[in-house]
Amino acid sequence: MPDAGFPGTEGAGRVHGVGEENTFANGRVPRVVIVDDHRLFRSGVRGELGDAVEVVGEAGDVDSAVRVISEQRPDLVLLDVHLPGGGGVEVLRRVLPKHPEIRFLALSVSDAAEDVIGVVRGGARGYVTKTISGKELADAIVRVADGDAVFSPRLAGFVLDAFAATDAPPVDPELDRLTQREREVLRLIARGYAYKEVARELFISVKTVETHVSSVLRKLQLSNRHELSRWATARKLV
Amino acid sequence: MTATREETPRLYRRRDDRLLGGVCSGLARHLGIDPVVARLALLALAVGGVGLAVYIALMLVVPVEPETGEGAFPTGEESVRRKGRDISQMLAYVALATGLGLLFLLFGGVLDPLLWFLVFGALGGTILWQQANPAERDEWVASTALRGKAWLRTGVGILLVIVGVIGFLAFQQQLHEARAGLTFALTLLAGIALIVAPWIVGLVRERDRERRERIRNQERAELAAHIHDSVLHTLTLIQRRADDPREVQRLARVQERALRSWLYQRRTDTETTVSPALERVAAEVEETHGVPIEVVSVGDCPLDEGLHATLQAAREAMVNAAKYAGADTISVFCEVEPEEVLVFVRDRGAGFDLNAVPADRMGVRGSIIGRMERHGGQARIRTAPGEGTEVQLRMPRSPAAR
Repeated sequence: MPDAGFPGTEGAGRVHGVGEENTFANGRVPRVVIVDDHRLFRSGVRGELGDAVEVVGEAGDVDSAVRVISEQRPDLVLLDVHLPGGGGVEVLRRVLPKHPEIRFLALSVSDAAEDVIGVVRGGARGYVTKTISGKELADAIVRVADGDAVFSPRLAGFVLDAFAATDAPPVDPELDRLTQREREVLRLIARGYAYKEVARELFISVKTVETHVSSVLRKLQLSNRHELSRWATARKLV
Repeated sequence: MTATREETPRLYRRRDDRLLGGVCSGLARHLGIDPVVARLALLALAVGGVGLAVYIALMLVVPVEPETGEGAFPTGEESVRRKGRDISQMLAYVALATGLGLLFLLFGGVLDPLLWFLVFGALGGTILWQQANPAERDEWVASTALRGKAWLRTGVGILLVIVGVIGFLAFQQQLHEARAGLTFALTLLAGIALIVAPWIVGLVRERDRERRERIRNQERAELAAHIHDSVLHTLTLIQRRADDPREVQRLARVQERALRSWLYQRRTDTETTVSPALERVAAEVEETHGVPIEVVSVGDCPLDEGLHATLQAAREAMVNAAKYAGADTISVFCEVEPEEVLVFVRDRGAGFDLNAVPADRMGVRGSIIGRMERHGGQARIRTAPGEGTEVQLRMPRSPAAR
């Protein structure tokens, strides 16, 4: 493990990889649809996000979510994992083929592996738990809306676990293995480092860290590793 | 006795596990089949007279297996083992042989169909009666997957009995005379079945429904009890302590964690492996000091002495971070690698000047660095004022536990 230069203290967030800059690429606030079956939670999130995003719609179940998203074409959907009518995964399955440009950030009270891995494999570009603060959530939204991935320490831990070395030879080495660098980045994220801190620790740029994380996300979504399939089937999706 | 481990063991008469001369069990091991099969086969041959000759020939020709490896058994033990021949099994074979012999005498040959119909009938009866054993029946009925198998067994049993009975009658030339009676009996039976079947089916359904209902009620009661003991209790406490935000947050965290582990985690013994033990340590520190601690673990392994020390050191690091750092959250990451276990405890709080810590302060030097080094591990602390703190613990895994 490298051991040089102690990272800074900015961004006391619990979800790291956020807490740095907070501007959407094309200079406007991202348009967001909130999908959650708890009305109280939806209004709570709306209030916490304040002016950071423009909430253009809300939905409480799968069918209305698909309808609202198709009508509004938001930049990003805040998606609850557990939803009546098939769960967040079902929303992903029905929306993404038609609107691949819409980004999804999964939000859940659950941090069970099959939920996390399941929804990310379903197409979400990030996963945060509902204990996240409003500021952190806003940062995560901007990051995902910009096309980057948001990994919580727990998600990083799951990925490390799922891609841990096994004796079985990988079916597709390109997708079934993490590079040494990706592993290092994930380890630091799991240790609670923000992207900026990871970059400083590894002597690389924040952009490079983002590239590594995006590459890990791609592998996570496309690899057929046994562990990933197992988690995915536990959520009844393959 | 190295021969036993070969692909095909040499043909010996066995010393252990023998009923008479050890011929059958030896043969069975040689052929890789169950001794019971060998015995039954030889018994069947014996009815025709051939088996007996084969047995005696084998007994004369095949050597007894050599004494077990290092030195002979003490005579006392050997005699016990000899006596250990299963008397009841022996009796069963003798009874079977006698029965077969009698049948042979009565019917004058294995080719007599009558004999076979008797065997069919007996077999079917055995299967059916086995179902009557409540313990076994429950086992079959317990899972729906096996239920089909139970029906199949019943069907096969009934079929065998019918074939046996009808065949027996037919070959006794009595079927003709019995036909009228049989028709009458069958018609009567069919009629009764028609009348009774719906009632029986209804009874079975009713019982299934009741059983399901009972299970559901039990689950509901358990859930209600759990919610009452935990969530309701905590909510009451929160209302009472509403003026103390820190306490409210603490209560909420404790309840959240309890509920989470109840909902999502498989029951694991917290005392045997690293990852759940670390979660427990973190939960305890969090509860005592009121600072949220996020634990992320990769891999897991059994605890040994060194890892217990690591857990203690990690706890000390968490307590320090909770007490002095003033951070609003603490990150703990644990990774189990093939050679070693790494634990990182990180906060983004005040940090401190490591050199300014007096040498006699036990916290960092004794409880963390010293403890790790005593057990063959390593501890490193990265901190500076205003920079937060990260404690890195590294403990090699003991070869035995790998």
